[in-house]
Amino acid sequence: MKSKISISHLDFYYGKNQALYDVSLEIPEREVMAFIGPSGCGKSTFLRTLNRMNDTIPIARVEGEILIDGKDIYAPKTDVVALRRKVGMVFQKSNPFPKSIFENIAYGIRINRMHSSKTDLEARVEKALKDSALWEEVKDRLSTSAFGLSGGQQQRLCIARALAVEPEVVLMDEPASALDPLATQKIEELVVELKKKYTIAIVTHNMQQAARVSDKTAFFMLGKLIEVNPTQIMFTSPEDKLTEDYITGRFG
Amino acid sequence: MENRIIDQQLDVLRDKLLLLGGTTEIAVHQAMQSLTERDSKLAKEVIKGDKIINKMELEIDRLSIEILALQQPAAHDLRFVISVAKITPMLERIADHAANIAEAALILNDEPQITEYVEFPLMAQVAGEMLQSALDAFTSEDANASRKVIKRDKEIDKSYERVFGKLMEIMIESPETTTSAAHLLFVAKHLERIGDYVKDICELNVYLTEAAFIKHSRKKKK
Repeated sequence: MKSKISISHLDFYYGKNQALYDVSLEIPEREVMAFIGPSGCGKSTFLRTLNRMNDTIPIARVEGEILIDGKDIYAPKTDVVALRRKVGMVFQKSNPFPKSIFENIAYGIRINRMHSSKTDLEARVEKALKDSALWEEVKDRLSTSAFGLSGGQQQRLCIARALAVEPEVVLMDEPASALDPLATQKIEELVVELKKKYTIAIVTHNMQQAARVSDKTAFFMLGKLIEVNPTQIMFTSPEDKLTEDYITGRFG
Repeated sequence: MENRIIDQQLDVLRDKLLLLGGTTEIAVHQAMQSLTERDSKLAKEVIKGDKIINKMELEIDRLSIEILALQQPAAHDLRFVISVAKITPMLERIADHAANIAEAALILNDEPQITEYVEFPLMAQVAGEMLQSALDAFTSEDANASRKVIKRDKEIDKSYERVFGKLMEIMIESPETTTSAAHLLFVAKHLERIGDYVKDICELNVYLTEAAFIKHSRKKKK
């Protein structure tokens, strides 16, 4: 499997506090990699280094190297806006814009000037909504407010919004933690579907979710990457005692 | 967390399995005793006791399913529940073989004894020791002890071949012994099968302890 993201010797600091220690990891293209670990273990911080979301924190500092398609994303000449277009993100709490369903999706397409005409814009919105499995539920109410959607629909709208700008990688930080089981199942099915086109990195506290949707699982503790292995190995015969203790609920 | 809810349930599961194992061991021992000592009363007790073993099997099945559904075990916990769920029917089948031996004893005890039963107690002793060691190895999660037990299965297989040959000779020499000899052949076969199940139990203990599948992995001899 070809590597999409290549992380080597990554250290991360919030001021004087080190949050990640010497993390090296390969994220394969068009696979789902799940990141698990106790609260505060650095898994979300790690996820946010992959599209430089931590740049917004003034005291944050990164050492080491992250290559996406072989290019160093922390190189001085990196276009961070282009990077975040290529590496989209979906958060724990759905955060639609206070606009219509259509405009939520069209926004990114417009500011990136990706469409050639009004018809093209509409086609792109429809495609994004179809890719996020939301189209059938909203096609007759595109001009109504996004806030009228259910929690699960809002989260899929946020995924559609991320997909609309044609990313190659989608980062998901606890995308289903605030959703009921049915909505969660839809998101999980969507994740599995999306890996046909995208590379996906997902942070989750729900161990069974990691087991269900991911190809590989990485376990973090106290800022260190303890183990990364194919998911079926992680959940049946993990190599590290710490992984075993965490996934069997002995701590965390 | 020291006291996980699942730990209590896994302890109960382990206890129930060991109880089933112990009861099965006794059944095999008594079945052979009923044959070699021509004790038909004991044979009937073994046959009757099989119902209790069947109930124990169902109880372990129920508990295993409950733990899988409600606790969603992973890693070692998962391997433990899976191993118990697979070992349980093996023990139940061993007990079935014991009951079958007891049924044969009921018939044979009413007929003149056609041969010395020397090899049978030996086979039964090896099978019993293997079963006991296999359960001990499971309790202590000692994969190497399990591997040693697996090697002993050959002793039973060789005994079976000897018994088979000897009974054939007897049948050829004295055709009137055929009915009794045929029942004894089945007894030998039951003991040989018990050895095979014990071997399977040991393989599951290696899976539990080392997460390694050794079943069907041994090199074939030329």
